[in-house]
Amino acid sequence: MKLTSTNDEKTDDNSSNQSRREFLSSSKKIAYGVGAAALLGNLGNWALSYAADKEPIKVGVLHSLSGTMAISEVSLRDVVLMAVEEINAKGGVLGRRIQPVVVDPASNWDLFAEKSKQLLLQDKVSVVFGCWTSVSRKSVLPVFEKNNGLLFYPVQYEGEECSHNVFYTGAAVNQQAVPAVEYLMSKEGGGYKKFYLLGTDYVYPKTTNKILRAMLLAKKVPEANIMEEYTPFHHQDYQTIVGKIKKFSAGGGACVISTINGDSNVPFYKEFANQGLRAEDAPIMAFSVAEDELRGMDTNPLVGHLAAWNYYQSVDTAQNKKFVADFKAYCKKNNLPDGEKRVTDDPIEAAYFGVHVWKQAVEKAGKTDVDAVRKAVYGQKFLAPGGEIKMDEGNQHTHKPVLIGEILKDGQFKTVWRSQGLVKPEPWSEYTNPEKGCDWTSHQGTYQKKA
Amino acid sequence: MRLDQSSRNLSEKGLAYSALIMGTAEHRRAHNFVLRPPSHETCPMKRVVCLVMIAWVAICGRGEFSAAEELSAMTLEVEGALKDLSSEDAAVQEAAVNALIAGGDPALLPKLEEVRATADRSVRMAIKPVIDLLKNKAKLASPDSNDRRSAATDLGSLGRPASLPWMQAALQQEPDRWVRYTLEESIQLIRLSSSDPEIQATAATKLGALHSQNAVPHLKELTAASSEGVARASREAIGRIETWASWANGFETIFRGISLSSILLMMSLGLAIVFGLMGVINMAHGELMMVGAYATYVAQELFKGYVSPELFDYYFLFALPLSFLAAGLCGLALEATVIRFLYGRPLETMLATWGVSLVMIQGARVYFGDLTSVAAPNWLRGGFQAMVGVYLPYNRLFIILLSVLCVVGIYLLLFRSGLGLRVRAVTQNRNMSACLGIPTRRVDAYTFAFGSGLAGIAGCALTLVGNVEPGLGQNYIVDSFMVVVAGGVGKLAGTIVAAMGIGSLNKLLEPSFGAVYGKVLILVFVILFLQWRPAGLFAMKGRNADA
Repeated sequence: MKLTSTNDEKTDDNSSNQSRREFLSSSKKIAYGVGAAALLGNLGNWALSYAADKEPIKVGVLHSLSGTMAISEVSLRDVVLMAVEEINAKGGVLGRRIQPVVVDPASNWDLFAEKSKQLLLQDKVSVVFGCWTSVSRKSVLPVFEKNNGLLFYPVQYEGEECSHNVFYTGAAVNQQAVPAVEYLMSKEGGGYKKFYLLGTDYVYPKTTNKILRAMLLAKKVPEANIMEEYTPFHHQDYQTIVGKIKKFSAGGGACVISTINGDSNVPFYKEFANQGLRAEDAPIMAFSVAEDELRGMDTNPLVGHLAAWNYYQSVDTAQNKKFVADFKAYCKKNNLPDGEKRVTDDPIEAAYFGVHVWKQAVEKAGKTDVDAVRKAVYGQKFLAPGGEIKMDEGNQHTHKPVLIGEILKDGQFKTVWRSQGLVKPEPWSEYTNPEKGCDWTSHQGTYQKKA
Repeated sequence: MRLDQSSRNLSEKGLAYSALIMGTAEHRRAHNFVLRPPSHETCPMKRVVCLVMIAWVAICGRGEFSAAEELSAMTLEVEGALKDLSSEDAAVQEAAVNALIAGGDPALLPKLEEVRATADRSVRMAIKPVIDLLKNKAKLASPDSNDRRSAATDLGSLGRPASLPWMQAALQQEPDRWVRYTLEESIQLIRLSSSDPEIQATAATKLGALHSQNAVPHLKELTAASSEGVARASREAIGRIETWASWANGFETIFRGISLSSILLMMSLGLAIVFGLMGVINMAHGELMMVGAYATYVAQELFKGYVSPELFDYYFLFALPLSFLAAGLCGLALEATVIRFLYGRPLETMLATWGVSLVMIQGARVYFGDLTSVAAPNWLRGGFQAMVGVYLPYNRLFIILLSVLCVVGIYLLLFRSGLGLRVRAVTQNRNMSACLGIPTRRVDAYTFAFGSGLAGIAGCALTLVGNVEPGLGQNYIVDSFMVVVAGGVGKLAGTIVAAMGIGSLNKLLEPSFGAVYGKVLILVFVILFLQWRPAGLFAMKGRNADA
């Protein structure tokens, strides 16, 4: 893989560490001799680096660099390494350099748990930046909770989770899906009255649609005006579904809420355009299509459709211009595939500011100890590329702005609506779990609200 | 010209204005006599309007116009309305909006956009219908029939009676049948919300005759109308529309079934030859499709880079033979390096080709990356409307045609040519063929390459409906094997019938069971079917049955 081949040189030192370690554990008999040699080598290295600097702080990077998820996750690895480089260039944290430990869980959920165990127990990293899919997050969760690790998770997700060991820098459902549907219902958004909820058959679309359905019913949308439909992963034939949408949207006032994931998007949008449906008749509001995915798509059938995120590359702020330019320059300098043509998007931004928020918290705490850092993260503010964000005081999520964007021909977004200020994250949706709350300062995680 | 036409209409009404002033004149009428609410006498804007009125009266009094005066009058008037748009008072704002709409001058669009760019939210909302209407009015005169049609649809859904005369004028000179249909539908939809029950009833009847699916929600509301005539007309119309819709739905389901079948057939034809005739279980067959898809991508990039843009649309015709050749050559290489050592050892072949498939997937990732897309040429975008409610996408029609051509080609090659005779001879009895002087090694290689080339063509066709990525073949390989096995290994006719059966069954089940369970049910059916007839639909008979 082009992407991993460049990665290989990066992870080289790590993987050789790794093989050394495996070697040690597997063949104990010869291990003493060889191990002593390795130790000596290590000691020499360590002594050298200590002479120049204090011992570096290790951070783990847990993103798939091969397999089906590589297309999305490689960019997150790149931006985390870029943020680390930025921090190191300014003298590191607490006078110490940050040393990233990159591992490749290869889009394999079991491997995610295994690699996170390795990061926490063998490499003894202070923090891990990683995961994309909800499945991978769920599979590493027990490891982090058991070993009191710290994970920064940068992707929008379905909520209903309140872990003490994860900071969620992506959006909760009330920071993406709910405002998006509210926008479509508003006069400004077109006043849509019929909603076709279409998704891939797994946990994120199902939970999101459960919340959206509850919300629509609460807002007096009649049951008959809501359709819900799922397709298997890698579904390619959208004829019937588009036919249904066509019928559903006859007479106007209908929109499609899409949580379709990955490679099914292209056949869906193509079929939609080819059957003569237009964004004006029934716009598709997508929660999983961002600039990075649009890079590899023929944008003709997508133009005019909508997406909801917390950040777009086109956001017009000074710090974002710098961020985009820096990212492109970083990719070019390191000879990453596509170099300067790379784009930034919401998860990339969330991964980026996650590193900086952690750094600020470490500085505030004065040490890298997980419990101290966690406490310091609460209420932390950071001027992210998309505008200032704030970490919540208790629920481990992030206060973010919500932006609705229209897809343009060049694969970028035009912001058509922006929330007033930051939206407070709600891990437990007020529509499906109104009695539950999440708070780690005044409660012990998930708690029952008093009626 | 449309502008002249409208001005002629106007002069018939006794308003002898030039085409240039047309917008202003209409606007003025609306502004003064119809829509100006009396409660805003004190509004400062009123003064501006009065001034304009005085100017107008003075001009009319003189009975002569000069171009400059017309222009200045218009500008004044329009600017008044444009200013009114930003008014705090909702009624004034609405009056301005209505005035601008009645004016109906698309030349105002850049100005309105300017206002919109600087205005705040409420003003933007107020301007939106004006901009939408004027834009669509301009689009009604577009040379592209798709533009005209979408403008007609939009005007219908905007539902402003002001747009009726525009559409009627457009209807007079519209050459395209479906644009005319949409125009008429939009006109009747707007009339349906008229206050006159008689107009409503005729509109309902006409919409029924048009079989307009878009009218159903409105008509349903009208069935409870106070006027008995309207209610009856609506009920009848709904009945007509729904009968028609069920027919249209039937046709569309059949078409979808055929379309899916043709895709399945394209994928399985190559496999039917490689697996069916030669008995090679080639797990890398899906990757040969991927090679075809990437060959299409390469052809597209070549045309982008080296051929003039006018010829770009023909890249696909170049891509078809290219993908056949590319996949065929890959097949040839695969046969020469791996498969020929493993003839007659299906398990080893399976493992070896599976390994090859992994190598090919990763190779494609390394070379092309994950981010590749093929843009369908213009002539394969969109679709063709067969009848009201039945829309057939060109890309799917093309794939159906291509699969028919492939079947005919294979038939001619296998059963009507010398090479085909040799292929059949070798697959039926290798030793005897060798005795008779047929170079069996070479025939094997050619057959395998031909089957691979067909996979390449399938990959090329698949770029029209799906995406191009390294894992593309994995999505289809299971379906292809299913079709070949269900059809009966070794029989081309079986493959064709099985593809038709599985495709149509899938499309019949999907509407009621959903995509996920539809697929599950298909797999269950195939398993049950193979329990009943283990050899598939068309079982091989005779001595070579288990060779």
